Amino acid sequence: MSNKKNWPLWEVFIRSKNGLSHKHAGSLHAADAEMAIENARDVYTRRNEGVSIWVVESQHITASSPNQSESLFDPANDKVYRHPTFYNLPDEVKHM
Amino acid sequence: MKSCIFAYKHKAILPSASQSFYDNMKEPNQHTFEDQFQARIDAEERIEPKDWMPEKYRKTLIRQISQHAHSEIVGMLPEGNWVTRAPSLRRKVALLAKVQDEAGHGLYLYGAAETLGAERDDLLDELHTGKAKYSSIFNYPTLSWADIGAIGWLVDGAAIMNQVPLCRCSYGPYARAMVRVCKEESFHQRQGYEIMLTLARGSEAQKQMAQDALNRWWWPSLMMFGPSDKDSKHTAQSMAWKIKRFTNDELRQRFVDITAPQAEFLGLTIPDEDLRYNAETGHYEFGAINWDEFWQVVSGDGPCNRQRLKARRKAHEEGAWVRDAAVAYAEKRRQRKAAAAQQQQVA
Ligand SMILES: [Fe+2]
Ligand SMILES: [Fe+2]
Ligand SMILES: [Fe+2]
Repeated sequence: MSNKKNWPLWEVFIRSKNGLSHKHAGSLHAADAEMAIENARDVYTRRNEGVSIWVVESQHITASSPNQSESLFDPANDKVYRHPTFYNLPDEVKHM
Repeated sequence: MKSCIFAYKHKAILPSASQSFYDNMKEPNQHTFEDQFQARIDAEERIEPKDWMPEKYRKTLIRQISQHAHSEIVGMLPEGNWVTRAPSLRRKVALLAKVQDEAGHGLYLYGAAETLGAERDDLLDELHTGKAKYSSIFNYPTLSWADIGAIGWLVDGAAIMNQVPLCRCSYGPYARAMVRVCKEESFHQRQGYEIMLTLARGSEAQKQMAQDALNRWWWPSLMMFGPSDKDSKHTAQSMAWKIKRFTNDELRQRFVDITAPQAEFLGLTIPDEDLRYNAETGHYEFGAINWDEFWQVVSGDGPCNRQRLKARRKAHEEGAWVRDAAVAYAEKRRQRKAAAAQQQQVA
């Protein structure tokens, strides 16, 4: 008889090789963190897609809201001076 | 609801339910939202889990993605039937790896459905009670080893034809799952074709076995693309939402065009007297599909429907103690850790 206590959901992040960042691969259910890592290995790295796995219980992730994405990201829109192309230099100047 | 935090809880996401940012804005009506949504789709933007989406888009995707997931899971059964009887170790490890991949495909897809707010348990319940559909092809029996070859070649071949355009589906998590799936499918098809090739070049009896498998799997494979466009009620809306990129009939035609020469190479005959190449159109013409058979299998009366569901339910019920034990063990470990930490503090 099942007590209907479900395995929580985990988000899986995988580093495909050293030198690269961990990247979100997907999610899975597992009873605890150790099992989440083992399941992630079987689900997401059957063909050597990873050298390192992070798992985090989904409920611990705070995500920005798409409703607020304008107010959150707008401030960067008008700051062209943050880009190198904003600055005019004569062609004679090399290596810059 | 204890689902994915990326899950989209539609009511809360509407600007009307929200923050000071919107306070002095006029509340946009539903109509504007849907227009904006369609504009994003038309601009080839991807929709992500927490984005606003029409309720029907969400429902359509949950239905399609979960049906797809169920198909991967039930699809393990006909092939699992031959794992212990594969003719060599090489064939056995390949078949095992393929079946394991299908389990993985099911899991990627259930995960994608959960980002839409669906619960894994509910999805499984729908499968086990027969409420949810899965691909009708998996309700046919695997009678000989050649069927494993025919499935890899034809069934995975048809699946690839369906899945490649889904890599560009408008819903991000589904599209990303499909990219992974498609990468893995090509081995499935190649191992199947290799089995067919070996049999076709073998003894007369082996060749006969391959032909018999083709005879039985050809028409059900064509049915995998779903009802003809004129009878497909979801196609138009799904195309407008860019969930689907091609119609059922377009994909079926492409499958026949690609597969007919492969059968010829094997020296096998496709069981369709009307099949012929039309040099003018550059396409193969093929005979009428028995849609009565299709609807009969879809509605639960195929050769193996009951057997498949019974096997799924049995696996789920007999696995319940494992799921419970894992939760209990995780809890015990958590408590031990907490106790140890406390003791250290005291010391
Ligand atoms: Fe698959
Ligand atoms: Fe598939
Ligand atoms: Fe496959």
